[in-house]
Amino acid sequence: MSDAKKVATKIATRESYGNALVELADAGHDDIVVFDADLAEATKTAIFKKAYPERHFDCGIAECNMMGVAAGMSTFGYVPFVSSFAMFAAGRAFEQIRNSIGYPHLNVKIAATHAGLSVGEDGASHQCCEDIALMRSIPGMVVLSPADDVEARAAVKAAYEHQGPVYLRFSRLAVPVFHDESSYTFEIGKGETLTDGFDIAIIATGLMTSEALKAAVTLKKQGINARVINMPCIKPLDEALVLRAAKECLKVLTVEEHSIIGGLGEAVCALLSEKLPTPVRRMGVMDRFGHSGPAWEVLKDYGLTADNIVANVLDFLG
Amino acid sequence: MTKQEALQLKMTATRVRMGIIESTHGAKCGHPGGSLSAADVLTYLYFKEMRIDPANPQDPARDRFVLSKGHCAPGLYAALAERGFFPVQDLPTLRHSGSYLQGHPNMNTVPGVDMSTGSLGQGVSAACGMALAARTKGTDINVYTLLGDGEIEEGECWEAFMFASHYKLDNLCIIVDVNGLQIDGPTSKVMNSEPLDQKMDAFGFNTIICNGNSINELEQAFMLFDRAHGSGKPTCFLLHTTKGLGVSYMENAVEWHGKAPNDEQYQQAMAELRASYELLEKEVQRNV
Repeated sequence: MSDAKKVATKIATRESYGNALVELADAGHDDIVVFDADLAEATKTAIFKKAYPERHFDCGIAECNMMGVAAGMSTFGYVPFVSSFAMFAAGRAFEQIRNSIGYPHLNVKIAATHAGLSVGEDGASHQCCEDIALMRSIPGMVVLSPADDVEARAAVKAAYEHQGPVYLRFSRLAVPVFHDESSYTFEIGKGETLTDGFDIAIIATGLMTSEALKAAVTLKKQGINARVINMPCIKPLDEALVLRAAKECLKVLTVEEHSIIGGLGEAVCALLSEKLPTPVRRMGVMDRFGHSGPAWEVLKDYGLTADNIVANVLDFLG
Repeated sequence: MTKQEALQLKMTATRVRMGIIESTHGAKCGHPGGSLSAADVLTYLYFKEMRIDPANPQDPARDRFVLSKGHCAPGLYAALAERGFFPVQDLPTLRHSGSYLQGHPNMNTVPGVDMSTGSLGQGVSAACGMALAARTKGTDINVYTLLGDGEIEEGECWEAFMFASHYKLDNLCIIVDVNGLQIDGPTSKVMNSEPLDQKMDAFGFNTIICNGNSINELEQAFMLFDRAHGSGKPTCFLLHTTKGLGVSYMENAVEWHGKAPNDEQYQQAMAELRASYELLEKEVQRNV
């Protein structure tokens, strides 16, 4: 594949998730078991089911029970990956995750797809913009929000290696692959600087990272050098990276496809207000429900585009 | 089971009841009513039925028990302590700040506790996962879980019942302590779940109804669970019990669901239980 074609490739991170499960199992990790709640085709655990049917368990439309079943199975040394849409995993089954997985700190990986507004046409009932807030609040829970295919597959493998509960956030929408797999490494608790710059730091996560990269190109043409930081791990947050960016860039813009309440933006604000007070502007879903429409149209309606990142930066820098 | 053995188990169950009173009195709160109704089945499980080793509480080959009605931790702790998982003397530290005996079971602090529970409806799901894991691993491990008859008002229980039946978990024994009372009153008044036997039958269970306060009837029930192995059907015991059993003023009294005896009530409860214990001792001697 040529480099140009590689850049043009778009893959949904849910697809990456399904593929990564198979890659892990193919590598001989026979302790992996996968649970789904009648959404295997959509969450892409069907890819694993096809390859390893004896280790894939459909729980039916019963997410709360599924979380408990996974918790119980993990006590026998299995590493369960549990999947549903973010709304029904983090949302509906929050208390099961909190009490049956989080409190006993069991080795269960909650892989939630269809997070955020980019679910698109299904509308607000399915557009979960609260999952990061919910999962961040559980003691000991790692929260991962990868930005592209390379990072998503690496995140699944890191989650598998990690001892303890992990929440993984994946999207329905196909997004550009901007990482180079040959040189990319993923570490829980680490973010990465994608572009150098000292005029402003843009900290983004999930599919907003590629928008932030596009915005940085436009800003550069206007003489503004933005430091784009990709934050695939919301918890634990890469504090050193954020503090250095705040110190060197003086202004921080956060961008996420999640409510501005409880997400990446608030995590960054909490850190900076205590350790290095810095002006921060948060872009995200502004305490509203979503609505139906094609994914990119909805994202545009809510201001989650490269163009609006540029506009916010220009306004913020004055 | 010989008569002597049954008498010995009854004596142990009485000591477990004393542990429940000691711990809730020490905590000045907690849940004696449902712990007392379940004291006999907890005793049977830990002293007769389950393959466990107090010296090796994490033995991977052990049978598992999940107290889905986690508020009855005083009953579970008393049985575990009596069985030798930890000192009986620690029971009065229940719910104290700094004690490993948390208000609801914590698998990471209490030796012998296989799953952290307390939020109703969740333990049974974990038990299903354990039974599935035990079978997937090709072991002959049994998984037991105890639910309250109020607890099964939680929808998650019925999700779990469907799951157990769908995956043919015949190594799973779901035990419902049907003591007929919950916090707000009789279950028939608060939220009627009867006819439970027909519901469990319809969900595909090997359903067994018995007196859950009778050691001899429990023996029969566990024999039927044993026979269900290979049937592809999970087992469900509907144990008819008396809430608060063993302490006269707590029996069938809804207010004793979740409060501790004061000093005077504690003295009376312990005196009653000691008297029951002495009667059993005499019966044992008569039978020698």
